[in-house]
Amino acid sequence: MKNSHKWLWGLGIALAIAAVAIVVVWSGSLMVLDPKGPVAEIQKNLIWISVILCAVIIVPVLGIFAFIIVRYRDKPDNKAPYEPNWSHSTKLEAIWWGIPIVIVVLLGYFTVRDTYKLVKPPAETAHVAPVTIQVTSMDWKWLFQYPDQDIATINYINIPENTPIQFVLTSSAAMNSFWIPQLGGQTYAMPGMAMRMWLQADETGEYFGSGANFTGTDFAKMNFTVKSMSQDDFNDWVSKSQQETAKLDNAAYNKLSVKGTADIQTFGSMDPNLFNSIVIKNGGHHHPANGLDIRGAYPVKDGSNESSGSEPDAANQTSGLSQPEMNH
Amino acid sequence: MLDSIKDFAADFFVTGDPLIYGADVSIALVSIAIVFVLTYFKKWKWLWREWLTTVDHKKIGIMYLIASLLMLFRGGVDALLMRTQLALPNVEFLQADHYNAIFTTHGTIMILFMAMPMMFALFNMVVPLQIGARDVAFPFLNALSFWLFLMGAMLLNVSFVIGGSPDAGWLSYPPLSELSGSPGVGQDFYIWGIQISGIGSLATGINFIVTILKMRAPGMKLMKMPLFSWSVLSACITILFAFPILTITLALLFLDRYFGAHFFTLDGGGMSMMYVNLIWMWGHPEVYIVVLPAFGIFSEIVATFSKKTIFGYKSMVFAMMVISVLSFFTWVHHFFTMGSSADVNSFFAITTMAIAIPTGVKVFNWLFTMFRGRISFQSPMLWTMGFIPCFLVGGATGVMLAVAPADFQYHNSYFLIAHFHQVLIGGVVFGYLAGIYYWWPKLFGFKLDEKRGRWAFWTWNIGFYVCFFPQYFLGLDGMTRRVYTYGWDRGWAALNFTSTIGAFMMGIGFLFQVWQIAYSVRKGERATGDAWGGNGRTLEWSIPSPPPVYNFAVVPQVKHADDWFHVKEDKAKGIERPKQQLEPIHMPKNSAIPFVMASFFFLVGFGFTFHWTWMIIVGALGVFGSLFARSFSYDVDYYIPVDEVIETERKLGRSY
Repeated sequence: MKNSHKWLWGLGIALAIAAVAIVVVWSGSLMVLDPKGPVAEIQKNLIWISVILCAVIIVPVLGIFAFIIVRYRDKPDNKAPYEPNWSHSTKLEAIWWGIPIVIVVLLGYFTVRDTYKLVKPPAETAHVAPVTIQVTSMDWKWLFQYPDQDIATINYINIPENTPIQFVLTSSAAMNSFWIPQLGGQTYAMPGMAMRMWLQADETGEYFGSGANFTGTDFAKMNFTVKSMSQDDFNDWVSKSQQETAKLDNAAYNKLSVKGTADIQTFGSMDPNLFNSIVIKNGGHHHPANGLDIRGAYPVKDGSNESSGSEPDAANQTSGLSQPEMNH
Repeated sequence: MLDSIKDFAADFFVTGDPLIYGADVSIALVSIAIVFVLTYFKKWKWLWREWLTTVDHKKIGIMYLIASLLMLFRGGVDALLMRTQLALPNVEFLQADHYNAIFTTHGTIMILFMAMPMMFALFNMVVPLQIGARDVAFPFLNALSFWLFLMGAMLLNVSFVIGGSPDAGWLSYPPLSELSGSPGVGQDFYIWGIQISGIGSLATGINFIVTILKMRAPGMKLMKMPLFSWSVLSACITILFAFPILTITLALLFLDRYFGAHFFTLDGGGMSMMYVNLIWMWGHPEVYIVVLPAFGIFSEIVATFSKKTIFGYKSMVFAMMVISVLSFFTWVHHFFTMGSSADVNSFFAITTMAIAIPTGVKVFNWLFTMFRGRISFQSPMLWTMGFIPCFLVGGATGVMLAVAPADFQYHNSYFLIAHFHQVLIGGVVFGYLAGIYYWWPKLFGFKLDEKRGRWAFWTWNIGFYVCFFPQYFLGLDGMTRRVYTYGWDRGWAALNFTSTIGAFMMGIGFLFQVWQIAYSVRKGERATGDAWGGNGRTLEWSIPSPPPVYNFAVVPQVKHADDWFHVKEDKAKGIERPKQQLEPIHMPKNSAIPFVMASFFFLVGFGFTFHWTWMIIVGALGVFGSLFARSFSYDVDYYIPVDEVIETERKLGRSY
């Protein structure tokens, strides 16, 4: 009887370990845990570190819990010790105030380290000139503008691999959040502000992107694809796109502003001041410090200046990925 | 004329959706049925005298309980509608706007109109009994709080059939919640529903702080007070500081919408980020407001059903107080992605992780209360045992979310959804259900059937894991919250389908509970005063079940923590405490003013929602009239003579 119980316990634990192992291996295929760029890579590692540190506490506690509810059942023949008035032990309580503190200190260390690390664009490609993409969340579509290439797209972007991409985020309507899980975490896109965010793809491929903060009726349709390609392919795509006759001017923008979903679209040229005017129109004029563009310290058209990667605003990048430029 | 009435009705009532027509019909039928039953059995007077005008904390607790269970049903139906829509890709069961309204009301109702009133139900049902008091400090205010809550809840709920539901999310961030993003009346229903019930919540917070500080039985020092009462104190202190922030935030949003102010609209110089900060300065403490009493409940139950003194009482008190203070220093973790500096994000990441420390200590103390005890698994303990593993995992994913750079990947995804449902269902709902099972016999005089309770427990619990575990993985696979549909190409179908099965299992668990209550009303075992096998430890178990209107014939003289346990222990040794002299009992009189005043508040809210100035004026005059009437009422209390007390006690089998 006693032996067969032990055998069952062993089997149960073995099955549980096997199940966890299967889930861990399988979850490696989920977007967030299958990163394709340095930012998402750092975040993935941090996720696993936090899982392990939490498991260090959770697993033994669950074990103790199972042991206690089996051993101290209220049965007449239970021979386990019973001490109804034992209610205090300074030593024990010091231990379980102490253990979580140690875990939090450890996890806090990794958290702070990476929070500061993600402030800057990826170090390995610091010598590569970044590509800037201005992103506008509209009701209910994404408008992407490439100021250096003078093209614009709706609901898709193409980017060169191994190149830091500087996203400048705003919204023409509700607050949204711009998220490409396999390249890195999200940042809010808010009206009247220009938020910054660095991402980079380490290999070619097609990645899923979406809005992550609810924006109203057709929020669910605000998905887009990100295609990472070789520099040559990217250049080809840019020159091909520049042949498109559609121009993103004010008239085209107003048409896009009508509430509704949209198919993918490419504009061969654009009004270089459009992005600034979107930020200003939606409140930027009341908060001049929110968008460097508006102060003129961030020339939109002149790509070589803004994208050197070492200008003051890049160095001041503070949150993991971005910040509204309001605390200068 | 007829046309203009038609136009008005088409605007006023929500039209065009068969689900809503179905709801209209069922609301009408239920209302007719209620009126018929009350009239047929001549119960109108009874309803008015015993319930609508009562100031008895026990009855107010029961009304809170009924209301919160109805809201749990409504919020639960919302959840099942959502899960049905998401069961498979491209389902066309709900339209986008309808889905958006449903997740908005689901969140609002579950937190503000289910969790809060269920918590207040437990406050009212238990605290005065547990500290040896005859009522709360301000019984009239207590009744007013309840009716304000109910009117606020009704205001939000009528939006379903009149005018249209809010659909900007349960915290309704501007600019989406401003007129530009939500021109309909739904958002105004939201603001006024929450404002009116919020006044009630704040008043309840004040009421119970005063009750606990001033009305404890003689001898009950604070450090001899039961842990549930401690948890209520810590929650109420948190309410006191958090709820005014909510009131102000929504008042500013109201000014934006009604008078065209620009507090949160960027185009007028406002700042929507300010709203996000403010709403979470309330919103995060709110989470701890609802979970702290659950911690208190578990502490009572674990000790009773392990037949052992709670382990580490002082640590438990200290931990709760630390949690209630720390809860005010973590709000930014709800928007790490809004672009604060690395310094700010690091600070709030660390404070958030730090909350896990006192919480973890509490878990250890519960475990060591059971250690070397004698554990029995009746319903209250069963739900406590369901809570521990669930909350441990939910707490751990909370710590993971606190890791700021990783949060950029979890934020607004189903990972987050799974996490907060795990702590709110596993912690709060399981806790409150455990508390309801535990104190049910005390309030109603009969026990809930254990067999049906077990079925409910297991379907709820297994359903919970089936529903929410897949959602962690959906989040890691890029599924964001609040999407009403998704494509086959995303590969999310299998996990979503599983999750939906789990949601329906929880729904079945709820039905088992309804059955359990209905069954037990007829066949439930009669409860004695010390209803759980004579293992009660605190004062509420020393009086009859249900308690007489005055609770305690004589106010007990307290000597120890767990005083009732010590009384019994002494008795077994042959030591009896000296009998105390009976005295006439001072009690508050019933009043219709709380009900009337709250009804006028409803008119004010409804008037503001539809911009009907005349109704606002009528309502406001009514509110001030009620205040005036109350200020000049002098006949507000009475004494129960000693003879009557002796007679009542004799009928309950107790002699004096």
